[in-house]
Amino acid sequence: MTTSEATPILEARGLVKRYGHVTALAGSDFDLRPGEILAVIGDNGAGKSSLIKCLSGAVVPDEGEILLDGKPIHMRTPLDARAFGIETVYQTLAVSPSLDIADNLFLGREPRAPGVMGKLFRKLDRAKMRETAAKQMSELGIMTIQDITQQVESLSGGQRQGVAVARAAAFGSRVIILDEPTAALGVKESAHVLELILRVRDRGLPVILISHNMPHVFEVADRIHIHRLGKRIAVVTPKSHTMNEVVAIMTGATEPGGVGYEEVTKDAEREAPGDVDETLKPVKER
Amino acid sequence: MPNPLRKLVPAPQGAGTATAVGGERPTGLSTRIHDVLHSNATLGPLFVLVLAVVFFSITADRFLEPGNLSLIVQQVMVVGTLGIAQTLIILTAGIDLSVGAIMVLSSIVMAKLSVDSGVPGLLALLIGFACGTACGLINGLLVTRLRLPPFIVTLGTLNVFFALNLYYSKSATVRGADMPDLLLWTGNTIDLGDTKITYGSLLMLAMFVVFAWVLKNTAWGRRVYAVGDDQEAARLAGVRTNRVLLSVYIVAGLICAVAAWMLIGRIASASPQAGGSANLDSITAVVIGGTSLFGGRGLVIGTLFGALIVGVLRNGLTLAGTDVLWQDFAVGILIIAAVAIDQWIRKVKA
Repeated sequence: MTTSEATPILEARGLVKRYGHVTALAGSDFDLRPGEILAVIGDNGAGKSSLIKCLSGAVVPDEGEILLDGKPIHMRTPLDARAFGIETVYQTLAVSPSLDIADNLFLGREPRAPGVMGKLFRKLDRAKMRETAAKQMSELGIMTIQDITQQVESLSGGQRQGVAVARAAAFGSRVIILDEPTAALGVKESAHVLELILRVRDRGLPVILISHNMPHVFEVADRIHIHRLGKRIAVVTPKSHTMNEVVAIMTGATEPGGVGYEEVTKDAEREAPGDVDETLKPVKER
Repeated sequence: MPNPLRKLVPAPQGAGTATAVGGERPTGLSTRIHDVLHSNATLGPLFVLVLAVVFFSITADRFLEPGNLSLIVQQVMVVGTLGIAQTLIILTAGIDLSVGAIMVLSSIVMAKLSVDSGVPGLLALLIGFACGTACGLINGLLVTRLRLPPFIVTLGTLNVFFALNLYYSKSATVRGADMPDLLLWTGNTIDLGDTKITYGSLLMLAMFVVFAWVLKNTAWGRRVYAVGDDQEAARLAGVRTNRVLLSVYIVAGLICAVAAWMLIGRIASASPQAGGSANLDSITAVVIGGTSLFGGRGLVIGTLFGALIVGVLRNGLTLAGTDVLWQDFAVGILIIAAVAIDQWIRKVKA
């Protein structure tokens, strides 16, 4: 490792997660630096979802440790992760359709009205919720949403994703994790969400972006974490590698190494850990 | 502002009928009706209620008499109150088949304690409330801890609670004349001119107002909707979904016990066989009231309309001298129509 790197905000060392006989994570490392967009890519079954679930508190790793600002943290639920300032936006399960935008933004941490109405009758502070929601939405440039009291189900897919990202950005103080945010979206809507991701980073929040979409990854990522067979096998940048090279590493067509790699977890005698999905044979892209 | 992105999104199921973004939706009549109903699902039931009232006030002379209207409210008092409990549970995408059994068991507990065991009226009432709450707690624990479907859990507890009720009451009715006044209070009336309104009716209406407010204006209420909408999404958003579900079943149990109090006042006794149809009647009221069985959509006030629609229908058909079987026939058709409309309304959801 070079010494010029900033201290990672979020770090994982040797994460292992097994589901019965299946080893989803076989000692994976992870680093997220301040102010960057880190893309996490990997084939289906490579274990990237398990990695992200560990980082977002959705599952507890069997072995290994997670560090925030260099200090080990223990997360047992997504709520714990949120308490540490780590917010996650999930691919499909982002929002509650029948609630309005403001209610969605504050779901799970609703502010109470001041005075006796809030204390005794537990009334919500609707005015504050709507004001904050409107501010957040306009700051992130989700301008097409006019009415903050609109039910989310009346929004388009991209706008719903926008609401979910806005929620994460509003509350995430340290890290935002986006799981396939553009997977269900059309071309233009994806462009909006990518812009949104850049805007979130520009506000100083580091972003972890999980995506299958190489053009999207190359468009916004500062660094690319490549996951294969339950481990991080390389971290590259869009400048140092082409899309084809990255895909080749991801699928195992080429072994990582050589000039331009920022970090490489070389593990030549790496054994295929158990039943990791090997159905995807190396693609001869080059 | 028209939203050009709309066209690029993969068309959601039923798209083209209504997309509430921007001002470029088609403006056919059915589309407009759809939009209005979609954003306000209780308008339908309210419209049906008004229609029924107008129809019966024309066909039956005595229908609009204050005494008759007061009677209708009394008749729907118990089912309406159970309907509040049922609404809460259906909003979470569950169903409670045991509301009637909880009610009957609680009413027997109240009556037997006060009459046979000499427990003071207030204490007997509170223990009855505790009994209903405990029943709800049992349902809630089975749903959240054992992760059994609510339908199965409450189908089981329906039988268990009802058997306990028969055991404790020895299948005998407790006469109202022996009970303390407090237990019969819900059947007492206030005179408004020549109309008599029971305290129970007012209590029911008050409970509707309270729960409508709570569901709309508290975090708990919002979470009830979120859990019913998409439980996993709510959990990932940081809602402790099991805690919400458990609380809903507990509150529903307590509401059933309040309905038990009303039942005693209504029939001036506590019968282990009372309220046999109450389980399904409460579901009927909820469904006709526009609350979706799939959860997350509906208003508690719709259940009041639903209960009143059934009450008005039965009352009006009785006044018109129709055979009881046609009342059931009409209610059955209403249920199917209500669910069909609900499916149509929900179509916008992608």
